[in-house]
Amino acid sequence: MKILVPTKRVPSTDEGVRIRPDGSGIEDVALAFIINPFDAIALEEALHIRERRGSGVEVTAVGIGNAAFESELRIALAMGADRAVRVDFDGALDPWSVAQVLGAIVRREKPDLVLMGKQAVDDDSNQAGQMLAGLLDWPQATFASKIEFVEPARLSIARETDRGLETVIVGLPAVVTTDLRLNEPRYASLPALMKAKKRPIETISHRDLGVLPEPKVRILHLEQVAVDRVCVRVADAAELVHRLRYEAKVI
Amino acid sequence: MSILVVAEHDGAHARPGSSSALAVARDLAAHSGERVELLVIGRGLAFVAADAARFAPVIVADHPLLANPTADRYAHIIADVAKAREAGSIVANSTTFAKDILPRASAMLSAAMAGDVTGYSFANGKLLLRRPMYAGAAMATVALTGRPLVITVRASAFPAAEPLAEPGERIVWSVDASTLPNHSEYVGLESRPTLRPELTEARVVVSGGRPFRTGEEFEKYVGCLADALNGATGCTRALVDAGIAPNEWQVGQTGKVVAPQLYVALGISGAVQHLAGMKNSRVVVAVNTDPEAPMFSVATYGLVGDVRQIVPELIRELGK
Ligand SMILES: Cc1cc2nc3c(=O)[nH]c(=O)nc-3n(C[C@@H](O)[C@H](O)[C@H](O)COP(=O)(O)OP(=O)(O)OC[C@H]3O[C@@H](n4cnc5c(N)ncnc54)[C@H](O)[C@@H]3O)c2cc1C
Ligand SMILES: Cc1cc2nc3c(=O)[nH]c(=O)nc-3n(C[C@H](O)[C@H](O)[C@H](O)COP(=O)(O)OP(=O)(O)OC[C@H]3O[C@@H](n4cnc5c(N)ncnc54)[C@H](O)[C@@H]3O)c2cc1C
Repeated sequence: MKILVPTKRVPSTDEGVRIRPDGSGIEDVALAFIINPFDAIALEEALHIRERRGSGVEVTAVGIGNAAFESELRIALAMGADRAVRVDFDGALDPWSVAQVLGAIVRREKPDLVLMGKQAVDDDSNQAGQMLAGLLDWPQATFASKIEFVEPARLSIARETDRGLETVIVGLPAVVTTDLRLNEPRYASLPALMKAKKRPIETISHRDLGVLPEPKVRILHLEQVAVDRVCVRVADAAELVHRLRYEAKVI
Repeated sequence: MSILVVAEHDGAHARPGSSSALAVARDLAAHSGERVELLVIGRGLAFVAADAARFAPVIVADHPLLANPTADRYAHIIADVAKAREAGSIVANSTTFAKDILPRASAMLSAAMAGDVTGYSFANGKLLLRRPMYAGAAMATVALTGRPLVITVRASAFPAAEPLAEPGERIVWSVDASTLPNHSEYVGLESRPTLRPELTEARVVVSGGRPFRTGEEFEKYVGCLADALNGATGCTRALVDAGIAPNEWQVGQTGKVVAPQLYVALGISGAVQHLAGMKNSRVVVAVNTDPEAPMFSVATYGLVGDVRQIVPELIRELGK
């Protein structure tokens, strides 16, 4: 069984991002980067599946981006991925073009399962997995908080929706996107990280895959969002209720 | 050409958020001259269709195989209807229903998609959309290429649509069961019944953070204050992770986004991921023992103190 885990490099969630004054993008010089947290969860789940099923499961992490992506792919190797593949691309992507490239990788690698984050925490699109499933005409199960095999090629998935926890069963091959409560990703140990430094990362150009990523969404401008509220400190519950009633008039 | 609004419903009524998607569609149509049509998908839709028709003509895809909202079948219907009606745009309210289904439909249509849209404008006749990124720290202005456009909107950012003077037409969509995909088997939905208003639709939201250590304690403080204010309950990820509150109550970047008239944050530190889900509320109240908590920086009113002492006092004051 082959599991493909798309892994995106994103700015660390511990840091506040700053937008460049000209609105062209974020100030990324001094930023620390991480594997998109939802992708780390997807990788952890893939490793779980391999541990439970034993040999015969191969986990491949794939990143689409420039050479900088290799540092996160090495972390994926150190966490336990069997292989890491980078599709070399330095231009703009959108979820549609990410799905196109992943579709080409799927045709080449023929995985049984694509496990990926429900959303990248930088662009927050929450689209790439669903688009990939649509392009491939594969089953999809998004926002997974529990994944169980009910048969060798059928998964029962608990999905976190606005209305509650939904359960669906999908046959493989399928695309599954992960939600936060699926698992706690492991940390890569220092020795594993050292070892991963020497492991190869297969690099493919998008031309070899026969795709030209063409975004349909163009970001024209970014601006910093500032909340400009001045907090009025109140002395007690009575003052708060009074102000909510007579000043803010919300109750 | 039409603008198709995919309406989410509960089997009886369209969800109120769909009304904001309709309001956006009407406004876009006023610029483009397209007609606006609603699409409802499901089983046993007579009541929903009649309810929806009060607002716009409705295309009704009613079939036993559409009883549950599985992405493969719903996206298939949306793509088919969009082609047949020559939809220039497809609009829906940004919920997990739409987030699951619309990207799939948009890939099937090779359409460009923007999610979580909170505003738009026209520049030289071209539509520009605004959507938050980086947990709400940035607002992006984006342009989409090609047709149709697929857009999900945050209901809280737009007004609701008014009903029509005369109900719209009901158009029966004949579902060809033989072409419907059969990719997934729907097993069921587990949800906590609640008499409180839906989180994303409530005028008042009371949310609790880590200080609440059990479900009972959460109910005693957060739940009771919400009831005193006729509001909904929300929480931080900390409580969902700890199993104290259900996932569908999580407010934030990776949970629900709310913008009520009043948001009360009880014992919530104010992490950026949480703020992303509530900072556009009209009035924000923060109660926290730590006077330096970041939550105060986005609050309209701040009260430093212990939630266990302050919440009962608030409930008493509200009763006066
Ligand atoms: C220089 C530059 C210019 C950009 N210009 C644009 C632009 O014009 N328009 C635009 O929309 N965006 C642009 N972006 C952002 C773009 O790269 C986003 O990553 C892309 O839109 C995908 O959105 P998302 O990651 O939010 O997708 P989501 O749908 O939120 O991602 C879901 C999942 O898809 C997978 N995934 C996403 N991206 C990758 C990747 N690169 N490699 C591997 N897996 C991945 C991950 O598993 C992720 O969890 C630009 C970025 C840069 C650096
Ligand atoms: C990728 C990612 C996505 C995330 N998405 C979300 C999201 O969508 N939503 C979300 O909420 N979080 C999200 N988080 C988590 C977020 O970063 C914070 O960890 C979380 O919001 C903190 O919850 P909290 O405020 O309840 O807890 P804490 O940060 O521990 O804060 C508790 C607060 O309570 C105060 N306090 C303690 N005791 C009392 C008392 N007796 N009375 C009054 N005040 C008291 C403390 O002073 C403190 O300020 C995400 C994190 C990541 C990495």
